[in-house]
Amino acid sequence: MDKNKSTKANHNVVKFNRWGYIFLIPFFVTYIIFSLIPLFSTIYNSFFENYRSGLKQIGPNFVGGANYVNLLTTPEIWKYLGNTLIMWVGGFIPQIVIALLLAYWFSDPSLRLKGQRFFKTVIYMPNLIMASAFSMLFFALFSDSGPVNQILLSLGAIKEPFKFFQFVGASRILVMLMNFLMWFGNTTILLMAGMLGIDSSLYEAAQVDGATASQVFFKITMPILRPIFIYVLITSLIGGLQMFDVPQILTNGRGNPMDALTTVIMLLNRYLTSKDVGRGGALSVFLFVVTGILSLVVFRINSSKEKN
Amino acid sequence: MNNETTMKPHGVPIGVRRTIAYITLIFFSFLCLIWFYILLINSTRSHSEMTLGFTVLPSTHLLDNWSSLINGTIPIARGFLNSIIVSVCTAVLCTYFSAMTAYAINTYQFKGRAAIATFILAIMMIPGQVTALGFLRLIVRLGMDDSIVPLIIPAIASPVTYFYLKQYMESNLPLSLVEAARIDGSGEFRTFNTIIMPLIKPAISVQMIFAFVGSWNNYFTPALILHTDTKKTLPVMIAQLRGADWLRFDMGQIYIMIAASIFPVIVIYLLLSRYIVGGVSAGAVKG
Amino acid sequence: MRKKILGVLLSTTMVAGMLSACGSAAEAPAATETPAATEAPAAEAPAADAAAEAPAADAAAETPAADEGKVLNISAWNEEFKSRLTDHYPGYEVVDGTTGKIGDVTVNWLITPNEENAYQNRLDELLLAQDSAAADDKVDLFLVEADYAVKYTDTDYTMPIKDLGITDDELKDQYTYTQDVVTDSNGVLKGTSWQGCPGVMIYNREIAKEVFGTDEPAEIQAKFSDWDKFFESAGELDKAGYDVISSTADTFRVYQNNAKLPWVNGTQIQVDDNLKKWVEDSKKLADAGYCNTWGQWGEDWNKGFYPEGKVFAYFGPAWLIDFCMAADVDGSVAHDGGWAATEGPQGFYWGGTWICAAAGTDNPSLVADIMRKMTMDPAVMKDIVLKDNDFVNNRPVMEELANDPSYQNAVLGGQNPLKMFCAGADNIDMANLTAYDQGLLGDFQTAMGDYINGNYATYDEALEQFYTLALQRYPELTR
Repeated sequence: MDKNKSTKANHNVVKFNRWGYIFLIPFFVTYIIFSLIPLFSTIYNSFFENYRSGLKQIGPNFVGGANYVNLLTTPEIWKYLGNTLIMWVGGFIPQIVIALLLAYWFSDPSLRLKGQRFFKTVIYMPNLIMASAFSMLFFALFSDSGPVNQILLSLGAIKEPFKFFQFVGASRILVMLMNFLMWFGNTTILLMAGMLGIDSSLYEAAQVDGATASQVFFKITMPILRPIFIYVLITSLIGGLQMFDVPQILTNGRGNPMDALTTVIMLLNRYLTSKDVGRGGALSVFLFVVTGILSLVVFRINSSKEKN
Repeated sequence: MNNETTMKPHGVPIGVRRTIAYITLIFFSFLCLIWFYILLINSTRSHSEMTLGFTVLPSTHLLDNWSSLINGTIPIARGFLNSIIVSVCTAVLCTYFSAMTAYAINTYQFKGRAAIATFILAIMMIPGQVTALGFLRLIVRLGMDDSIVPLIIPAIASPVTYFYLKQYMESNLPLSLVEAARIDGSGEFRTFNTIIMPLIKPAISVQMIFAFVGSWNNYFTPALILHTDTKKTLPVMIAQLRGADWLRFDMGQIYIMIAASIFPVIVIYLLLSRYIVGGVSAGAVKG
Repeated sequence: MRKKILGVLLSTTMVAGMLSACGSAAEAPAATETPAATEAPAAEAPAADAAAEAPAADAAAETPAADEGKVLNISAWNEEFKSRLTDHYPGYEVVDGTTGKIGDVTVNWLITPNEENAYQNRLDELLLAQDSAAADDKVDLFLVEADYAVKYTDTDYTMPIKDLGITDDELKDQYTYTQDVVTDSNGVLKGTSWQGCPGVMIYNREIAKEVFGTDEPAEIQAKFSDWDKFFESAGELDKAGYDVISSTADTFRVYQNNAKLPWVNGTQIQVDDNLKKWVEDSKKLADAGYCNTWGQWGEDWNKGFYPEGKVFAYFGPAWLIDFCMAADVDGSVAHDGGWAATEGPQGFYWGGTWICAAAGTDNPSLVADIMRKMTMDPAVMKDIVLKDNDFVNNRPVMEELANDPSYQNAVLGGQNPLKMFCAGADNIDMANLTAYDQGLLGDFQTAMGDYINGNYATYDEALEQFYTLALQRYPELTR
């Protein structure tokens, strides 16, 4: 098709095709100004010592890779990366399990579930909620004298208020719960779209062969879903690395208790608000490399989609 | 398709499976809704009522809470207005220019087209946070610090929106239409505005909603850029509540403020849920 | 169809936005009318007179010079100074939540909460941009606390008080320690305050009567005169179902003020033994269940302001009693005059707000006038004590009232605590201040809070975490 066109190319088409460039101008001008230049400036700044001590500006002094050495040899970054991954995994595993289950039920014609639209609407809803408001809400609900403790007390489940925000486990579970709630509906819908795309003759054949529901699920559905599964996994991991709003607001930026809720982006935010340009730059570049590698995987999935 | 009779004897009976499915669904729906229910109830209750314990039924202080919020020290009405301005402008710019970019890649066979398409695809997943440092320095230099402009303009380059719209165009936009328009003497720009845009309206509307909601909920960048109280958007104001000295607020105010920032989106969503849920799967279906 | 829905949607959100915007505009005057209406006769009349007379009489007199800026920007972290100015500065009118008016000058309140150094970060930006800012955007006046006053007074961003035309003679009645806080390393005074902040132990009379059989300050003092007795009495309170204090954070300032070492020596962070003692004592209290560990200012910490909270005492200066303890809320202990004050185990001070003039202000004479009226004028300051029960920075006024039997603090059930405060104010020593105090003591409490809660097994682990946080915040410091 391409070839056809180019061999037949007359002046007119070439002239028209120039419009392609013109139509791309807004995107690229904006991208270069607001993303590419900032990216280079971030990389550039990561090689300098540049921060404020009080109102006094220190630097910028060129320090080579010192910021990187500093970043990668102090335990903080690995601790925060660990925090981020733990909270991501804790949200992601239930999310993918529940999403698979629900998607399977929704797309299983033999179940003929009623009220599907209602359920889908409800489970997707938390995805659209302002994360900052949602975490402020959780903070209020789970505070020591908040409604959750009040309800548990009046039900007699506990004797005195349970201090959710004083325990590492409980606070992390709250973050995981919120991440789970915000994303499992979205994942369900993505997986369901993949399942509905499976040729129904495959199922029919399986039924004729006498396969049980679980056999059908593990032998047919899962293998076909694999690409979309990996896509969900990687995009969720990239999203997980950006985890910020929920723990930031839940802990008021401190990552309490024990700094165990501090995520990598919260550290970046600390550097950005205190104008520590050098260390912030090194951290940004580190994140850029990590997400860049992960993005490459998504990119390969997407471009194989493109080809199909 | 088939019914119960086709189930094999060693499988779990369909009736049981269906019951389990319903129970699970109801449980998770409950888990999604309960928080908002408590929020709704507590925003109608006064501070002193709340210290006494939770009640299942609403009280009568909704308007009291609202008026103490509006008359309080957080300029919440400005926050609403700022959020709406930012979100609407972002949604419009984002969808219009993404459509334009998608149209360029989809329609024209210019040199470097494939490379450009690949490039956009490659940068799609890179999060904005990694360039935030340079971005902040840039906007300070451009004199746009403490302004909502840098929250809006960058939306012109939105690779994800572009990606969805391009996929939509590939399957729903016959190129013959463009050629027909050319024969009719329509300029390229006019063709795009008057013929293409109306044609892809379903996809545009869905992406507009996503862009609107995304911008409405955005917290990271606005929190770094906006400093003056009257310029802040809602998420920044909400976050401020967390650090604020609670002596100046009562819980009624806190709940009503959370409610006020959450419920507009919920209402929009409930009105348009059909298109939104469809829109989520659209990207995947094409895969 | 879809198009229609989207159109409807967009227009409804727009309308909703406009409605909420209009709503606020329409409601704002209605809301401010109440206070204005009651105070109008008192406050507005003299202002109007002054405005009318000014041109006729002497433009350079007390009213701000006419050629100065029309916008006064005040940077603060809470509403305290705003309410002081509203109530006591002649001619101040409320416009809305964040603006006011003095004559024809608009007063802009730039309020950023203190949490996580947010206020300082904001103020830094404003001051660093001061030179390039338009006249009406320049900060004219900013407030600082003792914890970080040095950071600002030791720079050229803060104007010497002398340059505003204020003489030493006008300042002679202030407590010296309040001037030490805002004196830079060259001995130049760079700010002034209306309040002094000697702290006391504020206890609940009802609980005292029930547990100790008396609510007399002298007898209660005997039960809390040192930390060992404090712990013993806490045990008695616990048996009766009361917490001795709301949170372990409450006593932090008491220990911290009695520390011998400054937080930073050169660039090295040092932790005083008294702070370690705070950690150990607090751990004991918390482990025994004698009190809780929540952060100050939260809704759980506040609970003791109400009888249901079952908290015996808070530690704080006059501003805590007046500004924080919910005296205007029905049913609070303060509302019913249910508190009393005594010295407690150790003397201390807490907080205090200093007013500084930002270099480059375009309203120097208005700024000077605010400083004079609020921090040097005995009449205004006496009024602050009488109306708000604050402890003002004026020795003659305080001593007069301390000996005035007719002065009674309603929140404290009619007790006159001023003698106690006056004695405390004379003992305050501010020699240990550094520019890093606020960040470091915040990080110390964060890390130690986790030890007290049992998240860290040992003090040393928590100390390690403190250094991690501190060096993250201040890369120039060492351990």
